[in-house]
Parts: sequence; structure tokens; C-alpha cells
Amino acid sequence: MKKTHIIILIFIAVAIAVLISFMGDLTTYDTVASARQKEGKFVHLIAKLDKSQPVEYDPITNPNYMRFVAVDTLGNSTPVIYHNAKPTDFEKSERLVLKGSMKDGTFECDEMLMKCPSKYKEDVEANKNNLSSN
Amino acid sequence: MNYIGEHLLPGQLGHFFIVLALVSALVATISYFKATNNRDLSDEGSWKKLGRVAFSINAFSILSVFILLVYIMATHKFEYYYAWNHTSRDMNPEYLLAAFWEGQEGSFLLWSFWYVVIGLYIIARKTKWEAPIMSVIAIAQICLATMVLGLYIGETMIGSNPFLLVREKFADAPVFARADYLSLPQMQDGQGLNQLLQNYWMVIHPPVLFLGFAASIIPFAYAIAGLWKKDYGTWTREALPYSLFAAGILGLGIMMGAAWAYESLTFGGYWAWDPVENASLVPWLILVAGVHTQVIFNATGHSLRTTYLFFLLSFIMVVFSTFLTRSGVLGDSSVHSFTDLGMNTQLLLFLLIFTIPSLALYLVRYKQIPHIAREEETSSREFWMFIGSLVLFLSAMVITWQNSFNPIYNKITGQSTAAPEDVEFSYNKIQIFVAIVIGLLTAFAQYLKYKKTGQGWLKKFVVPTVITAAICVIYFLVSGLDYDKKGIGFQIAIYLAFVAGVYALVANAIYIWSGLNGKLKAAGGSITHVGFALSLVGILISASNRKVLSFNTTGINLKWDERSKEKPLENLTLIKGVPTDMGDYMATFVNADSTNANGNISFYRIDMMRKDSAENFTLYPNLIRNTKGMEGFSNNPDSKHYWNRDIFSYITYAADMDNRDDTAQFKRYTVNVKDTVYYSNGFFTLNNVVPNPNNKKYQFQPTDTALMADITVFSKEGTRFTAQPVFYVEGNEARYIVDTVFAQNIAIAFSRVLENQKIELQVKESNRMVPFIALKVYEFPHINLLWAGIIIMTMGFGVSMVYRRKQGRLKAINKI
Repeated sequence: MKKTHIIILIFIAVAIAVLISFMGDLTTYDTVASARQKEGKFVHLIAKLDKSQPVEYDPITNPNYMRFVAVDTLGNSTPVIYHNAKPTDFEKSERLVLKGSMKDGTFECDEMLMKCPSKYKEDVEANKNNLSSN
Repeated sequence: MNYIGEHLLPGQLGHFFIVLALVSALVATISYFKATNNRDLSDEGSWKKLGRVAFSINAFSILSVFILLVYIMATHKFEYYYAWNHTSRDMNPEYLLAAFWEGQEGSFLLWSFWYVVIGLYIIARKTKWEAPIMSVIAIAQICLATMVLGLYIGETMIGSNPFLLVREKFADAPVFARADYLSLPQMQDGQGLNQLLQNYWMVIHPPVLFLGFAASIIPFAYAIAGLWKKDYGTWTREALPYSLFAAGILGLGIMMGAAWAYESLTFGGYWAWDPVENASLVPWLILVAGVHTQVIFNATGHSLRTTYLFFLLSFIMVVFSTFLTRSGVLGDSSVHSFTDLGMNTQLLLFLLIFTIPSLALYLVRYKQIPHIAREEETSSREFWMFIGSLVLFLSAMVITWQNSFNPIYNKITGQSTAAPEDVEFSYNKIQIFVAIVIGLLTAFAQYLKYKKTGQGWLKKFVVPTVITAAICVIYFLVSGLDYDKKGIGFQIAIYLAFVAGVYALVANAIYIWSGLNGKLKAAGGSITHVGFALSLVGILISASNRKVLSFNTTGINLKWDERSKEKPLENLTLIKGVPTDMGDYMATFVNADSTNANGNISFYRIDMMRKDSAENFTLYPNLIRNTKGMEGFSNNPDSKHYWNRDIFSYITYAADMDNRDDTAQFKRYTVNVKDTVYYSNGFFTLNNVVPNPNNKKYQFQPTDTALMADITVFSKEGTRFTAQPVFYVEGNEARYIVDTVFAQNIAIAFSRVLENQKIELQVKESNRMVPFIALKVYEFPHINLLWAGIIIMTMGFGVSMVYRRKQGRLKAINKI
């Protein structure tokens, strides 16, 4: 066997090992109930803001703390604590992807993605509405 | 119905030229195919001639489409959906081109435009490979023309026509029942261009990137030509300048995108391993691997089979990246993805048309591709270059897997796997080792000779090694690399990569003199390596030593929740007019101003003053309201550039974002000196009433009638503040000056003088009255090394290209 072949085999073995470890790092999208079952485990929680509950954010007191209630499509809800600034137009968001983990009944969110009504996808529809409403 | 005021001619012409472009590309493909397969020379010549004519018609058509669409956009013909959807009257004309390629249709046209340029150049070069290469380019032109065709076959739409009218797009909207719909206000102006795209980088980044994408078809086409004509090894010299060009331009285009992201987006850097970024990086890595194996083959005859594979795959990955970014499979995971136009099947076909035949041809002909059975010497340059190419290729494969596994797996199986917790680290922890290996190989491979290296080559390494060691030791002592968030193992890896990067930099720079006697014309490879190594060092320093300056250590009493201790408290609250401590700086939020015509951009003026040197500068991070495609605010950062670092800032929150009314009322209190009044967060005491105060704040004359209440505010947290509201008489009218303690959200007014030395104070508490912002500020040290490295790398590719082209010509002459 040529040494190039040996090196290729070693590289491929390393690449496979790397990919297996990557697969181990993958996480899941979850609902409130399934996130509760995996308490402490990092998940992507898909939910939306419960607009009937207040959003606590007082940037003068602490710009890195906000608390709100998120409710998922199954109707389960959980309080969420987010240690960062409140994203712009948070109240208008239609869908939230919350990255973090459940701790003592509260979802500790590290990062969040917001879907607003007219993000790129629905762009065309929103423009159409502009056309009719103006 | 006869609509009033529409200009239909440009659109009809435009659509005609799109159809003509498609037909002529078909004719060009067939002709060039015939020319390639024909053995009879005169037949071949006439097919080729027909192919040239057809391709010229295609070129003319694409140029016409381009010009017509620009005309429609520039002259505000809002009856056309593309103009209505992507431009507006108040848009700066400089950004017209940015608007042109905001939509999918425009970016396909841009791509097609570059094939026109490349195709005409290839024809003009009169290479013997013209027919097979042009066949491949013409097929690509067919695919791209169908993307903008906009024809329905039954229910299926083929392509999206950029000349569609608004009333065709929204056929059921009620406004189009009127013949004079164009006179309605909503048709007088377009939707405009997303403000974040109104940036000079967005004018030049897409054309350069697409030129890189388009140029990668040339090495691909040469490889196909070699397999097709069974003339396996003679094209590589001729093709080398093209593959160098493609690699250089693609690399530049990618990094221009990174520069835009750095300036306009707020993920706090230039690279976020975003799926779209990755999708364009992968073809570049494979192309660079291919360039190296191509050079090996030209010098030694080894590695031809791998060269074929790399060039085929690099273009296939370009088309794959197009599929990923435009089909919508990436969905939520990327900031860049285009609107899904419902052309997934068409995009998939585009991918398959280029993937299946080319790989099938490669496999069928694989055995016939010449190779040298004897193995490369371990001491030879080609052996280590080959290893390096292999590492680049595997790195590209691993990135591809990480990038596209989730969306594709979820699509097929319906599962819900998601990205790892720390996406960037999942890439970094692998690619840091690639950087180490590539850095070391880049450093020493050039010192080896092709075929076999004799004794004594190690001696040449003494100088580079000593210099590298010196630089590293000095840098580690003076600064070091501070990234320890991911543990000591990763930090060591960063240190190793830094050493490898510096080694590559020093060794290649010295090689230009020691190995090439300073002949810069011949030193393209070394220059490129120097640029690459410099970028690598710049990335390692700026990313590991990136500092958050806006740690919230203000004197303002903020209530921390206990749980937030471990979290990054990176947002500093700045109250208007109050200088706030921010590490080495005092930061002051001076005012907010809106300067653009729409009034939808607010610029926040932040004065920064260094504590130790009183050096000061001003930052203008801004917020853009309701820009297209984004509800609410988009934050647009601002930076101060120094030669050795950037101060990068953006606004995370501004008080006036929520336009809620201030409903709080003043409450009245009657007080005596030494009396105390409570408010929600503490109390305050009236110390004294001073007549005609003359101090820093107020300059009253002894002849005035003014009284100042000297008040000390004690907050619950124990801090004290001074408040000095004033009551005065001017022209027989009583007036008062309110004093506000911003940190406590209270405003105190001295509203009346009562009997018995009592006064009336009015107090308002509100969290709305204080203009403030929450700001995030980063320092990126030595980020200029990265940009300088990219520039040097691109220049290196250019030098190489010129040199190799000359070399190729000389070889051709020598053969005759």
C-alpha cells in the first residue's frame, strides 16, 4: 500500500470521527412539554409570545434582563428569562425560536430568533397588503 | 381593459430577449456539441461558426435584458413588479445596482452576464478547446435563461420573469379594476430597498462573487473537455490562469461579503459560519485544492485524476450552493436566503444536469486518465502539496456535511434535528486544526524541490524559524491570545494555529528572496501564501482577542438578578448627557438625529473619550425604522477604525423605540427645609433654599428674583444625587426650572413659595422621560491584518495568473 493511501485512510478516519462527534452535538426542536422532560438540556423551543401576559423589561434598571411568558402551539406555556436586551419590536413577533434550557420550571433563554410578520418569506404578501390598504 | 399610462414596450422587448437568449443558447449548445463530436475538420469549422453566431445572439440578448431592466428601474416604471418591489423614488441612484440584484431574477441575470463576458473571451482566445468549453457554458446559459423565463406549462411555472407587471403579479387585487390605477398613490412609489443593503459593499460584493462563481465553470469545462475528447493531460497549462483567476476572484468576493456583514450586521464579526457563507466557501476551498494539484501535474505528471475531481466538484458545489440558498430549504437558519420563488424543482434540475453527466463521465473515463504508478518521494514538494490539497478538500467536505445535513435530513425524514448549541464552535473546533496543518504545509512545502529534495534543505529553515519564534514569543509576552471560553485545549489549538500562520507568513516572505531572488513576477504563489497567512493571523487575533468594552459597570445602580452573573452583561445603558464609565473610555450619549429624507434613520451621537489621553472621537450607530422586509427597527453599527484596532458599536435598545406616551403626573408636596419626601425608590431631603444661585448650573444676578431648592436624593441602594430645581420671577411672571435625576427617573420642580418658609415641590416619576440607549461596544484588535491579507492574497493570484499565462505561451511556442 502506498503511503498516500495510508494518509488518505487516516484522514478519512479523522473526518468520520469528526462528523460523528458533530452528530452528537446536534440538538432538537422542542415544545414546552418535551423541553420540560429534558430539564437542563439545551433545546430549541418553538413558541410564541403570550401577549396576554406582561413583558417585563426595564432597561433603566437592568438592560440585560427580560421576562415573559411563551406559549407553544399545543397551548402549554412557560415563563422565559432572557439575559439580554429586548429585541426590537418583540411584541409584534409572531413566532419565537428560543435557544436555551429549562430550569426549575423557567426557560433560561441564551439566544432567540424572532419571526416577524413581514420577514423575507412573507414579504410579497405584506407588499400586496400595502397595495390594497394605502 | 385599456390601462392608462403603462409603458409596456420595454417589458415586451425584455421578455422577447429572454426567450431569444434561451433559444440562442439552445442553438449554441447543439452547434458546439456537433463541433466537438465532429471528426471532419470543415464540418467542425462550420458548426463552430454557427455556435459563435448563436452565442453572440445570446450575449446580445442578455445585455439587452440587463439594460432594459436597469432602464425600467432607473426611470421608476412602477407598473413593473421588479421596479415596484425593489426600488423607490427616494433611493440613492448609486444603489440602483444593489436593488437590481436584491431579487433572485436580477442575480440570475448577473450570473448570466458574466457567462457572456467569459464566453466571448474564450471565443476571442481561439483555443482548440473552444467547442467543448463553450458547450458547457451554453448549457449553463440555457439553465439560467429558464430561471427568468416566466412561462407556465399547465400549472407549473418555469422561471420568474423580471418584466412581470404588478397587476399580473397580484391579478386579484381590487385596485386593478380601475383603468387609471397607476395614478393611485400606492403605485406612485415602490417598496424600496432594504436599508442594510444600501451600502457600497452591496454594489460591488455580488458582482465580484458572481464573477467568481461564473469563472469556476472554466476549469470545470476544461476538465469536461479533457474527458470528452480523451485528451487528458494537455489542457492543464492553458487552464491554469483561469483556475487562478476563479480562485482569486471567488475568494475576494466572499471576503467582500464578510466586510459587508462586519459593517452592516450585528452578529459582532465578519464571519458567522452562516449557511450561505459556508456554501460559497466550500467551492473556493475545493478550487484552491484543484489549483495545487494542477500545479503538481504540470510540474511532475502526478495528481491528474484528483485535479479532474476537484475541478468538477468545485463547480458542482457552486450550483449546490445556489440550490441551498435559493430553494428555501435553509429556511430559518440563515440571514441571507432569498425568497422562495417556488422554483425548487427547477433548481434541483439545474444541479442534476451539472452533477450526474459530469461525474458519470469522470467515472467512465477514470481508468484512462494517465497516472504515474511510482509513488512521490516523501522529500518531494508534490507529496506535501498533495497532502495539503487533500486537507483542504476534506475540510470542504466536512463543512458541506455540517451545513446541509439538518435541512436535508429534516426535509426527507420529517425529523426535527437542530443545529448544535454553539454553531460557530462546532465549525471552529474542526477548522482550527485545518488551519494548523495548512499553515505548516504552506510554510515549508515551497522549500522542497519537485521530484526529490537533496540534503541540506533544513538549513534554509534556520532563518524563518528563528524569526517566527521571535515574533511569536514577543507577541505572546506582550499580548497573548485570550480566548479561553472553550477550555485550555482549544486555546492551545489557537496558539498553535497562530504559530503556524506566522511561520507560513515569514517563510513565504523570505522565500521570495531566498528561493526566487526577489523576482516578484514569478513569486505569485508566495505572495498569495503571504496574504493567506496574514489573513489567518488577523482572524486569530481579532476573533480571540475581541473585547467587549460595554460591560455594565456604571455608577448607575442597576438591579442585577443573581442568575445573570454568568451571562454576558454586554449592554451598557447610556443616559442622554451623562458621561458613563466604559473601561478605558468615558462614553456620552449626546443626541439622536435623523438625517435622511424619509426620517426613518436615527443616528445616535456617542462621544467617546479616552480616560488616559483625553483623545476623543464620535460614533454614530444608527437605527433604521421599518426598512423593507423588516418590521420595526434594524440596527446598523458604526466603527472607529485605527491602524491596529476597530471600535465597533451598535445600539441594542433605545428609549424612543417604544413610542408610548408619558402618562405620569406631577404630585405636589408642601415642604419645609429639612423635610423628607418619599418616592418609589427612596427619598429626598430639602437641605436649603438658596436665593439667586450662581454656580455651574445657574447664573443668576443679585438683582434677579430666583430661588433654588437644594435637594439631596437618597436611593434605596444608598447612592446620593443632587437635584436643584429653581423658582424665579421674570417680567412679573412666575416660572420654574425642573431638575431631573435621570438615574432615578424622577423630575423635581420648585413650583411655588408658600407662607411660613414652606415651598411647594412637584415630583414626577416615570421611566419614559429619560432619553437613553443601551449600547454594545466591541474592540476588534488588528482586524486590518485580515483585510490587508485578503488584498495581498488577491494580488498574489493576479501575479500568478499573469506569470502562468506567459509561461503557458512560451511552452506552446517551444513545442513548435
